[in-house]
Amino acid sequence: MANYLIKRLLMLFPLLLGITLITFTVIHLAPGEPVEMQTAMSPKVSAQARARLREFYGLDKPLHVQYGMWLSNLAHLDFGRSFAPDNRPVLDKIKERIPITISLNVIALILEFGLALPIGILAAVHRDTLLDRAISVFVFAGFAVPTFWLALLCMYFFGVKLNWLPISGIHSLGSDALPTLARFWDLAKHLLLPISIATFGSLAGLSRYMRSTMLEVLSQDYITTARAKGVRERVVIYRHALKNALLPVITLLGFSLPALIGGSVIFETIFSIPGMGQLFYQGVMARDYPLVMGILVIGAGLTLVGNLLADLCYAVADPRIRHGRG
Amino acid sequence: MTFSRCFPLLLALIVFAGCAKGAPEDKARAQGGGASRGSSFVTGSIGEPSNLIPILSADSASSDVAGLVYNGLVRYDKNLKLEGDLAQSWEVSPDGLGITFHLRRGVKWHDGHDFTSRDVLYTYKVTIDPKTPTAYAEDFKQVQTAEAVDTYTFKVRYAKPFAPALASWGMPVLPAHLLEGKDITKSPLSRKPVGTGPYIFKEWVPGQRLILEANPHYYEGAPHLSPYVYRIIPDNSTMYMELKAGGIDMMGLSPVQYQRQTGSREFLSRFNKYRYPASAYTYLGYNLRLPMFQDVRVRRALTCAINKEEIIQGVLLGMGQIAHGPYKPGTWAWKPRIEADPGYDPARAAALLKEAGYVMGSDGILVKDGKPLSFTIMTNQGNDQRLKCAQIIQRRLKRVGIDVKIRVMEWASFLTNFIDKGRFEAVLLGWTISQDPDLYDVWHSSKTGPKELNFIGYKNPELDRLIVEGRGTFDMAKRRESYYRIQEILAQDQPYTFLYVPDALPVVTSRIKGIEPAPAGISYNLIKWYVEQ
Repeated sequence: MANYLIKRLLMLFPLLLGITLITFTVIHLAPGEPVEMQTAMSPKVSAQARARLREFYGLDKPLHVQYGMWLSNLAHLDFGRSFAPDNRPVLDKIKERIPITISLNVIALILEFGLALPIGILAAVHRDTLLDRAISVFVFAGFAVPTFWLALLCMYFFGVKLNWLPISGIHSLGSDALPTLARFWDLAKHLLLPISIATFGSLAGLSRYMRSTMLEVLSQDYITTARAKGVRERVVIYRHALKNALLPVITLLGFSLPALIGGSVIFETIFSIPGMGQLFYQGVMARDYPLVMGILVIGAGLTLVGNLLADLCYAVADPRIRHGRG
Repeated sequence: MTFSRCFPLLLALIVFAGCAKGAPEDKARAQGGGASRGSSFVTGSIGEPSNLIPILSADSASSDVAGLVYNGLVRYDKNLKLEGDLAQSWEVSPDGLGITFHLRRGVKWHDGHDFTSRDVLYTYKVTIDPKTPTAYAEDFKQVQTAEAVDTYTFKVRYAKPFAPALASWGMPVLPAHLLEGKDITKSPLSRKPVGTGPYIFKEWVPGQRLILEANPHYYEGAPHLSPYVYRIIPDNSTMYMELKAGGIDMMGLSPVQYQRQTGSREFLSRFNKYRYPASAYTYLGYNLRLPMFQDVRVRRALTCAINKEEIIQGVLLGMGQIAHGPYKPGTWAWKPRIEADPGYDPARAAALLKEAGYVMGSDGILVKDGKPLSFTIMTNQGNDQRLKCAQIIQRRLKRVGIDVKIRVMEWASFLTNFIDKGRFEAVLLGWTISQDPDLYDVWHSSKTGPKELNFIGYKNPELDRLIVEGRGTFDMAKRRESYYRIQEILAQDQPYTFLYVPDALPVVTSRIKGIEPAPAGISYNLIKWYVEQ
């Protein structure tokens, strides 16, 4: 087990290196340069000014040199400075957006798993009944409705018509002056719409997945045996079937790890939430190479760690894997 | 002294009293985003400022905020004429080469330091410093010598007469005492600016808002609206809903919003809508390196075949006016009647094309030397108005026998793969109209190189001469003659078909008083706006 772990950990480095090389190439293949995106079609910018900016960002050096410099900085955990006019350290820009993104995603993830799993189980247990069909319609409606459209409708209804909820942003003006509890309430009201709509949209995938694994397990021989023994239906489902049906969900949870720092651009834009999705989108649009690379490296790192964790949890949870080789 | 120190206190008292009275209602509204906020003023912006040291940024959000925090030496008044700002007055030397600025005395930086000629000299020096990554060095590079004669006199000399020079000193002046000897690119002022302007920077919550407060010592008197909150709302529909729910006080409307969605009595009782020409125009530009467009008769025929009025109705719902040249209607360089303008006349278009040697083919497309008259209009992605415009033009040109295809491209690849390489036939794009009428960068024949702005390759020696003449003359009446002639030449040659100047359509909550629309728009007297208590 320890050997396996070390091997897996060592494998992470070449993988990460490969990922950075590919992303670096791809982002530089995209037409346009940061300097160009900043100065294009501006009458006041001369060729010298453009050359000066390129030199300032180090864009006048050959690509492999740029990559080398970026990589050696990264080795010192320095993500470099943004190529946007603010020229701030990339890490600062990411840091100020990560808390809200992670909190939103964690809450949404908890809600998603907390709702989708019971819904899936319910649908599986009551297979082909009216309840099952109603659930299907509900989750697929969430899946099919364009979230930005639903978001706008809800904002109009709850924000403009009823005036119950704030429309956008994450704090009211002057909320800093409020006592802690009131500030928390203010934040909660701002996040209610984005989180519920995001959760509604993501229920379908996980609940259908849960339903099918549950059905698969329920058709296994040992379930039939348990029933034949006269074990009560509740125990059959929740102790014997559910435990086994939950195994693949661990993998899904592992895959969700990198998604924690990612955000949806459309969503963040509509609700004016200053999250990672917007930051990344703006970075790509402005060809802000260090920022894009920084976010991608963190994302890739989390993906790899997530996969590793999922595999490890799997081994812990499933005796067949743990003892398989022994 | 006593008055100036008492006044803010008095104001605060009034504001406080106003708040106390409206408290219950405040609470109710605050839940929906907060509407009645005393004399605070909240505006929305699609983008977030990038850098609040103005010479380091080029985006409109940064310059919006910087405009409230800093002052230049000169500025445009409500009639778009230059007036003194930090310069009380100035003299242009008789040879037109030197300008002497007499600076305003007693102006203080927000941190209490005195504003002097040292600040102006520093701003000039740091802008032309090769180490400063700025896009704005060009105008200042024309300066031959600059000196701070004494604490309140600043003198510059140019190598040749340069009329846009004066306007270039509208560039915000930076505080020398905080920046001199330091690396400007790493200065904290980019996130926490210190200026001389009407508003003092207070707070920046990244991705959400910037908060500015009235400068009680502002040389023109403290602004009445405070705090000034600049909210970042990246989506236009969201911003519109925030406006209706009372979350923001001002925004720019789209033509559809102005015409169709804001006409209710309820809306009009809560908001005032304004309308005036924006400083921008949209055009159809022809690649003059292609033989097809080298014949002036073809270009004039294209303009004759395009119904600009119909485009304004269809695309802007009437919220704009026809453009005949590169200037904003109503400004001093704009020529009200241009003789050479072809106007909308499809019959004349057909005649001109026939004269140019085109005959109608069997498929309804004009042909010359076996080649059909057909081209592609390119425009950038994400601008729905331009796409609609192209579609209307396509239909009109089809009627006179010209086959038009439309191609929409992502901005970056549009620029690098097509514009810069000259690989286009016609483009539908827009320019902002600068306050100074100098046209050198877009129309002079020396600007036809790669990445330069005369990308359609228009070369006319007479126009070159007039452009140089215009920028070399300080006398406005004489300058105007050059620009009138330039507009006639452009109308004759039709290197672009100038399409329209759209209207700016701002809307402001009716609780804000003191707004006086003028040729410069409405925000020029922001510091005089107030809330009736």
